[in-house]
Amino acid sequence: METAKEIIRIEGLNKTFHTKDGEVVALDNIHLEIAQGEIFGIIGLSGAGKSTLVRCMNLLEKPTAGRVFFDGQELGGLRRRELNEKRHSIGMIFQSFNLLMQRTALQNICFPLELVGTPKEKARERARELLALVHLEDKENAYPAQLSGGQKQRVAIARALATNPKVLLCDEATSALDPNTTRGVLSLLKDINQKLGVTIVVITHEMSVIEEICSRVAILDHSQIVEMGRVEDIFVKPQSKIARQLLFPAGKKEIKFGKGGRCLRIVFDGLSSYEPVLSSMVLECGYPVNILFADTRDIDGKAMGQIIVGLPEEEKAVHRMYAYLNTHGIRFEEVKDI
Amino acid sequence: MKPELFQLILPSTWESLYMTLISAALAYVAGLPLGILLVVTDKNGIRPMPALNTVLGTIVNLLRSVPFLILFIALRDVTSAIVGKAYGARAVIVALFVAAAPFIARMVESSLKEVDPGVIEASQSMGANTMQIICKVLLPEARASLLVGAAISITTILGYSAMAGIVGGGGLGAVAINYGYYRNETVMMWIMIVILVAIVQVFQEAGLYLSRVVDKRIR
Repeated sequence: METAKEIIRIEGLNKTFHTKDGEVVALDNIHLEIAQGEIFGIIGLSGAGKSTLVRCMNLLEKPTAGRVFFDGQELGGLRRRELNEKRHSIGMIFQSFNLLMQRTALQNICFPLELVGTPKEKARERARELLALVHLEDKENAYPAQLSGGQKQRVAIARALATNPKVLLCDEATSALDPNTTRGVLSLLKDINQKLGVTIVVITHEMSVIEEICSRVAILDHSQIVEMGRVEDIFVKPQSKIARQLLFPAGKKEIKFGKGGRCLRIVFDGLSSYEPVLSSMVLECGYPVNILFADTRDIDGKAMGQIIVGLPEEEKAVHRMYAYLNTHGIRFEEVKDI
Repeated sequence: MKPELFQLILPSTWESLYMTLISAALAYVAGLPLGILLVVTDKNGIRPMPALNTVLGTIVNLLRSVPFLILFIALRDVTSAIVGKAYGARAVIVALFVAAAPFIARMVESSLKEVDPGVIEASQSMGANTMQIICKVLLPEARASLLVGAAISITTILGYSAMAGIVGGGGLGAVAINYGYYRNETVMMWIMIVILVAIVQVFQEAGLYLSRVVDKRIR
């Protein structure tokens, strides 16, 4: 995948908004490459600039500076008509679905086909295929008001795929959905990625979404990319404070562990999760540890776990534990306040 | 008295409807594109053109601020040039057109602005051009609101047309004023009022009904 051809490249992207209160920098010197066929995540807290970034990929937002390449072509240099043509190859779905409320599901999917002048019968045929792809064959004549959130997003996905785009941009596509529906939509996206080879760019504020479907991720904080790499690597060894924050489930952000003492974050992959690592370490070192937090998750199909333990005060004990973990090939890092 | 009454009521009702509907139709021919233009060229519109938007907005406001009766009188020369005389139903149509077009433009503008900006953004992301967004997104998505607007516009125009009765317009308004005001025949005036109210009710209810029927946002 690393050697695969890039489909989107962003160079030195800046975006500044002029508001009543002065200039607001939304994106600051962004460099980014997305490979053909991958599922690339962009995560950040609200206001980090991620929605602006994804809108720069199809030029719904005009960058203040920098260049955006799609499939080798710089979008900024295109005329309006050429840009509209390029946009037929870049599908997009949204948090609020943005379906045409006065059209049925089928007519919504026909919409992008009408834009490119597909004959009516052919368009309807294609729309039916897509409805089958998103498992909504029986909702052909339903209006968006008659559909649930998950169904609306499925129609939106079908609509975005109608013109056979190379890329599908997903702007907080699951943020308005409940956890179960979210899982359904995510597995559909993964399916589409595998079946059709469509590159998918996922914007989200939820790490669980990234873990579930993305192979690579960029972490956006205060208008800049602070970290970028394979999701697994970032889970094992997060470099930035924001990455650490995002690794804990919602509601557990910025908690202070213990009395501000030293903590150890131990990461397990599928192999070590079967061994009683922690108990063995405690027995061997002769010092008790306090478990402060633990969870497991599925990262890109692999079971991963993390435990945070409070370290004993004695330096000697800490050294012993480090030695134990090192000899057993367990990945860990010392963390202060998360 | 009975047959005379009918001879008075039927033609004047017909004349009122004729003035109202013809001028409404003409006013939509001008007002609908004008309203679309106001939305599209807005600074947050799909093709922002602030200068044009300001000019159009100012023209609309100027015309809207002249009271209809004064507009009708002020336009007498123009009306004569167009329809040959400055009184009667056809003369009123000219003034109604001038008064209603900017009114309709504003009604259309407010209807189109109700369309979810997210839907417009989605259509832009699919590569829709300005014309496609207008014809396939803005107008169809706003159709329920546009119909309510049409009902309000038509009833407003009917009201204007009745007013014109005082300065040589025709229709129900003229009868009501001539009999009720000049001859003090109150009964005759009330009959005209009842007919006017009934027509307004019919248009208003028909508009609301149609709007409900075409609106698919309701389950």
